[in-house]
Amino acid sequence: MMWHQIRSNRNRSIVLVIVMGVVLLLIGYFLGLSFLNSGEVGLIIALIIWTILNLIAYFQGDSIILSMSRARKISRDDHPRLYNVVEEMKIASGLERMPDIYIIDDPAMNAFATGRDPKKASVAVTSGLLQKLNRDELQGVIGHELAHINNRDVLLMAMCSVLLGTIVILSWYASRFMLFGGMSGSRRSSSSGGGGGAQLIIFIVAIVLMILAPIFAQFIYFAISRKREYLADASSALYTRYPEGLASALEKIGASTYQLKSASKATAPMYIINPFREKGMAANDLTSTHPPISERIRILRSMAGAAYSDYDAAYKQVHRIGGGAIPASEITAVGAIPIRAASSVVKEKDTAEDQIQRTRETSNLMWQLNNYRTIDCECGTRLRIPPNLRNVNIRCPHCGKQHSV
Amino acid sequence: MIAVWVIIGIIVILIIIFIATYNNLVRLRNQVKNAWAQIDVQLKRRHDLIPNLVETAKGYMKHERETLEAVTKARNLAQQLSSAGAGERSKAEGELSSALSRLLAVVERYPDLKANQNFLALQEELTSTENKISFARQFYNDSVLNYNNKTQMFPSNIIASMTGFKAGEFFEVTATEEREAPKVSFTS
Repeated sequence: MMWHQIRSNRNRSIVLVIVMGVVLLLIGYFLGLSFLNSGEVGLIIALIIWTILNLIAYFQGDSIILSMSRARKISRDDHPRLYNVVEEMKIASGLERMPDIYIIDDPAMNAFATGRDPKKASVAVTSGLLQKLNRDELQGVIGHELAHINNRDVLLMAMCSVLLGTIVILSWYASRFMLFGGMSGSRRSSSSGGGGGAQLIIFIVAIVLMILAPIFAQFIYFAISRKREYLADASSALYTRYPEGLASALEKIGASTYQLKSASKATAPMYIINPFREKGMAANDLTSTHPPISERIRILRSMAGAAYSDYDAAYKQVHRIGGGAIPASEITAVGAIPIRAASSVVKEKDTAEDQIQRTRETSNLMWQLNNYRTIDCECGTRLRIPPNLRNVNIRCPHCGKQHSV
Repeated sequence: MIAVWVIIGIIVILIIIFIATYNNLVRLRNQVKNAWAQIDVQLKRRHDLIPNLVETAKGYMKHERETLEAVTKARNLAQQLSSAGAGERSKAEGELSSALSRLLAVVERYPDLKANQNFLALQEELTSTENKISFARQFYNDSVLNYNNKTQMFPSNIIASMTGFKAGEFFEVTATEEREAPKVSFTS
């Protein structure tokens, strides 16, 4: 079932991680052999870089990502609705601890989760997302993010990106080394007599690996990332028992034309949709971290129930060829799970008034986070006072009443 | 000699399997307990929210005294029964849910109340609490299913019956109104 048999589900991803690890060892060995005359030294250098990056990612990863995306932590009082939705999903997913909630001041619609284990996790959403999504849609998105935490995707993707990063770094330095005098190493060894042919083969293998390994590793990385996205969608539907919420959220997110300013290539797989997508990009692109949005929506909308088996059936229906999205071991465990009705607080149509209300709510929050103070004048005007303005009297522009700050 | 070692090896493996299965059962049973506590927390939270809600609504809803009293009464009854068995309790909570949904339905007729910030905040809290109750119940029932499967399926059922693990009870919804969160529609 959902929370503990994720193990079996991770197996396929772990095989891919191991393949990446082997690629790393190969490239380390051959680069060492051709440039330093010793495969072992190359291996050791590769492992040292890998270990250092891993330690950084493990202990500092989440704070680096949060500060890179300029996310700011909020409390319950800052935005009760968001806090409540996160708590609802925390309960539904059976997470032990309430994740920290962060807001990114950006009109683009996106969200991500981070944290190496479920006990120390954070979820960040953009202000654009808060503005545009109604409660059910927000629930779907938060469900997706908490699924990433619960399925240990954050840790898995961190491991993958560290492997990928090490491979890229090694190849990059090796190529510099080769261009600027590193060739002497191989020349010396061939002049020392014997094995000149073998040396040449090793050298060619090293160059081929240097060029192909980063590309290959990247493909694996993207493949893992896409698999985890499908699973997180399925988990979100299972937690909320309402796949339409996430589907309609994805529709809104997909239609939004803003690009997230603070995203980088390194953090791309963590978001609910790829922050670097281009309009009208071909579906199923091998170089995308995320499956195409339209396809995710179609799968969610053709679900007959809220169980993993329903997601898998819908996935097969949309894809027609190939296997399902969810391993068989997950599916047999649960019986039929019906989809619930739309929650009663959400209207069928999201009216302009609702959107205005949410926009106001969100902008209030952003002002507050920037330390602006508000004064509600008796005439109904709301004055915003910048944080550096103190000990002055301000006249309300509408009714002329004086307010002391 | 070899035969002895083989036997010892088999015994050791069996003991390891026994310990692993036993620990797994304990973990699942604890999950069920935690899930139940979670429902409890949310039901209590609802009890705490209602007096505030009634207090805020009272000033605006002069003509709905009966509805308000019904909510207060149902809430008090539910609170008294909070240490009773699951069956009685879920019935009382069901009554409370339907009384609440009646109250929130008539809110429509009071635009002043709907403009009250305090009331809106309470309404958000109450809606969320209703959601949390149903998500907690959902998680509880899934945990019970999970635990029961383990206690009934071979081979873990042998260890479960040896060490006294009993199947858990599902939290069934008795009143039909309980199934739905109170209807709060904002159609103006």
